[in-house]
Amino acid sequence: MTMSTPEPVAERHSYDVVVIGAGGAGLRAAIAACEAGKRTAIVCKSLFGKAHTVMAEGGIAASMGNVNSKDNWQVHFRDTMRGGKFLNNFRMAELHAKEAPMRVWELETYGALFDRTKEGKISQRNFGGHEYPRLAHVGDRTGLELIRTLQQKVVSLQQEDFLEHGDYEARIKVFGECAITELFKAGTEVDGPISGAFGYWRETGGFIVFEAPAIVLATGGIGKSFKVTSNSWEYTGDGHALALRAGATLLNMEFVQFHPTGMVWPPSVKGILVTESVRGDGGVLRNSEGKRFMFSYIPDVFRTQYAETEEEGDRWYTDPDNNKRPPELLPRDEVARAINSEVKAGRGSPAGGVFLDVSTRLKAEDIIKKLPSMHHQFKELADVDITKEPMEVGPTCHYVMGGVEVDPESAQSRVPGLYAAGEVAGGMHGSNRLGGNSLSDLLVFGKRAGDHAAGYVHSLRDARPAVTEAQVEAATRAALAPFLIEDRPNLERENAYTIHAELQQTMNDLVGIIRKADEIELAIKKLDELRHRADVATVEGGREFNPGWHLAIDLQNMLLISECIAHAALTREESRGGHTRDDFPGMNPEWRKLNLVLALDSPTAAGKADARVTLIKQPVPTMRTDLLDLFDPNELKKYLTDAELPASIAAAVPDSPADQPQKG
Amino acid sequence: MAYDAKFRVWRGDAYDGDLKDYSVEVNEGEVVLDIIHRLQATQAGDLAVRWNCKAGKCGSCSAEINGRPRLMCMTRMSTFDEAETITVTPLRTFPVIRDLVTDVSYNYEKAREIPSFAPPVGVAPGDYRMAQIDVERSQEFRKCIECFLCNDVCHVIRDHEDNKENFAGPRFLMRVAELDMHPLDAVDRQKQAQDDHGLGYCNITKCCTEVCPEHIKITDNALIPMKERVADRKFDPIVWLGSKIGLAKGSGRDKAPTTKP
Repeated sequence: MTMSTPEPVAERHSYDVVVIGAGGAGLRAAIAACEAGKRTAIVCKSLFGKAHTVMAEGGIAASMGNVNSKDNWQVHFRDTMRGGKFLNNFRMAELHAKEAPMRVWELETYGALFDRTKEGKISQRNFGGHEYPRLAHVGDRTGLELIRTLQQKVVSLQQEDFLEHGDYEARIKVFGECAITELFKAGTEVDGPISGAFGYWRETGGFIVFEAPAIVLATGGIGKSFKVTSNSWEYTGDGHALALRAGATLLNMEFVQFHPTGMVWPPSVKGILVTESVRGDGGVLRNSEGKRFMFSYIPDVFRTQYAETEEEGDRWYTDPDNNKRPPELLPRDEVARAINSEVKAGRGSPAGGVFLDVSTRLKAEDIIKKLPSMHHQFKELADVDITKEPMEVGPTCHYVMGGVEVDPESAQSRVPGLYAAGEVAGGMHGSNRLGGNSLSDLLVFGKRAGDHAAGYVHSLRDARPAVTEAQVEAATRAALAPFLIEDRPNLERENAYTIHAELQQTMNDLVGIIRKADEIELAIKKLDELRHRADVATVEGGREFNPGWHLAIDLQNMLLISECIAHAALTREESRGGHTRDDFPGMNPEWRKLNLVLALDSPTAAGKADARVTLIKQPVPTMRTDLLDLFDPNELKKYLTDAELPASIAAAVPDSPADQPQKG
Repeated sequence: MAYDAKFRVWRGDAYDGDLKDYSVEVNEGEVVLDIIHRLQATQAGDLAVRWNCKAGKCGSCSAEINGRPRLMCMTRMSTFDEAETITVTPLRTFPVIRDLVTDVSYNYEKAREIPSFAPPVGVAPGDYRMAQIDVERSQEFRKCIECFLCNDVCHVIRDHEDNKENFAGPRFLMRVAELDMHPLDAVDRQKQAQDDHGLGYCNITKCCTEVCPEHIKITDNALIPMKERVADRKFDPIVWLGSKIGLAKGSGRDKAPTTKP
């Protein structure tokens, strides 16, 4: 049927800036580009307003100081670097901490309604790794508020267009349920500039070509390569893979965040997120013996900042200035590993998690008020009333810290005209992201990407790179490959759903929360096999809204990115943040000096089985002295090598081991 | 624990379609969406369905289950008898694209017709001050996940295609109410609701409230208060006089749909 008809010519559209992804980063980038006067397209796989950002619960981290006036950008910066174990791109962390408050306040001018303090300011809540109450929030549905606010801002820009041009879509248009499969560049050079993108409409299966000199990737993460995940079907690493294939590089893909608290029962909802706000608002973790086990898992680097006793931890909620915070609020990587260890030691809950209890800590009415969607989620999906009984929770794949290597100021990748913002970009969060730092990241770097993309287009004037017919034809062939299997009768047919399930199991079991060299090597072998099988995945039915076909295409991206994760995980022989090696358990300051950068050896090979991932070690940028000075010298010594410590600091620390040989 | 359930799923496109029978495995704790996904993975690879979060937060997997508008991800299989045949059909109010996927563009068009939040003049970002009690009314409506089940069930448009032009549906009348109750919004919304978005069509049967997966009291807290405010103005002689001599905001529009009694 579909196959017998000749391929119609793909529709073509010309824009200044094309934003791929309509979550927080994509929408904020599009708003910025449009406000800068550039014609902007937003292309997204789902309907407008459904992006994964809606799942964010806790809040947006910004040091507005509304609840504790001691907060400021310096403290936020410090917390972010600590959370990322000092592997963050310091400049991104600095810009993020400085600009987050204005990005939040701006949302109020778009109509956002955050919860309020008594003075009528935006209320801020406590969260893991944040020294002061810092997260602007709306109950536990902050992501929904963010997405709806930005969505409505886009609509308001369209209404301005309508008044001015009689056309809602004169300057900004949303291409909903449209998936991008390829980026185009001018010329054959690796550093050739971006010229456009190719994709298909999910609804009709028709192809679409965008001619655009600037593209912002805002496609989110990679979680759908793992079996237990809080991520939706969209999280197939599209932007990561598109960037690689266009000749850009990925940074530190070994760092995958396993959120400590996902639902573990019933099996069909395993992985769905239980917000960190439960702990921020007083919830505690207990094992099957009823013990608050987190007190046994405070690592040395955090020893001075967390309470040693339950009594002190409990006092902190009402008197944070004179008490240390409870260890349930350690950064996510620490809590996830602790839960994993408790379960392994046989002290888990019946469904293989631990207990997260808020019922004995807060009044029922407060729980319903502060955590309404958690109350609703457990009631509807698990028949558990969280005001009366504890939840069962365990780690779930939540976020990838690794991503497209970008310039911190402009969010531009190594490819001229290609930008990345939000989860798809790397560097900002180092080896581990703090809760609440994602939504702020989306806003800060979304805006920067949109601004700089617009500036880049402006600087090109009329010298725009062109999309060639040959490029469109090649992209069309690649997208149709899953249907063309019929022409190859001798090949064994494969089912994309089956391959996907095997991929998820492989990544979960072999490149999951705790890793070992021999297991990762096994995963790399298995990924190689899966990639060859995916090339002969067969699709039934036609092109109209066919999820089997969509999955066959997405699978190529998931496999490529999984390979990147596995290679980087095998290379980094230490444990840090979202990368834990059983065979290299400690954090090693020598490894902190290195970013692992991944590229494709033949970027035009479209991610097929013959393209190979290459990895190089690259020095981490050196932090400026004024930023180093924000830390206690004794703390810096836990992360940096002696050679890296500024002379002033090294001299100021009397117990500096003189007998240790000078490294590198 | 596991058993085989009888499912009847609507398969087809805009031109033709039918209910198809399937027998699918069901395990403990599963929801209807899990079963639809199992169908996709094992028996019908091209079965079209929208979904995203699988946790009742994104409002993508709306469908009609045994004739009732629901989210598939929040409908537990344990609420059905094991012998029961479960029928899953696409939303009836919107045109079918394929299988369980419908064309919901009506909703996006209506959203665009509602004037956006108008920020207060002269208040800088960061200087917004609002009391919690004042934001809570609009916050209830902002819980909306845009699943469009309320618009699907609303009889004004469910079986009356011709009403779609003049009626925004409960979802977007609630959006007008949300803006009207926003403590800092600088636009008059009440006349708009009546004149431009068809508030008068609503005869408060509360079907929308009943199907709302977020349990928003759409009728009681959004639609009825809007109707009362519109009525107050209409019968207040001073407001009436003001509107006649052009004092009231938004009085320039004169598009008046016929409203039902």
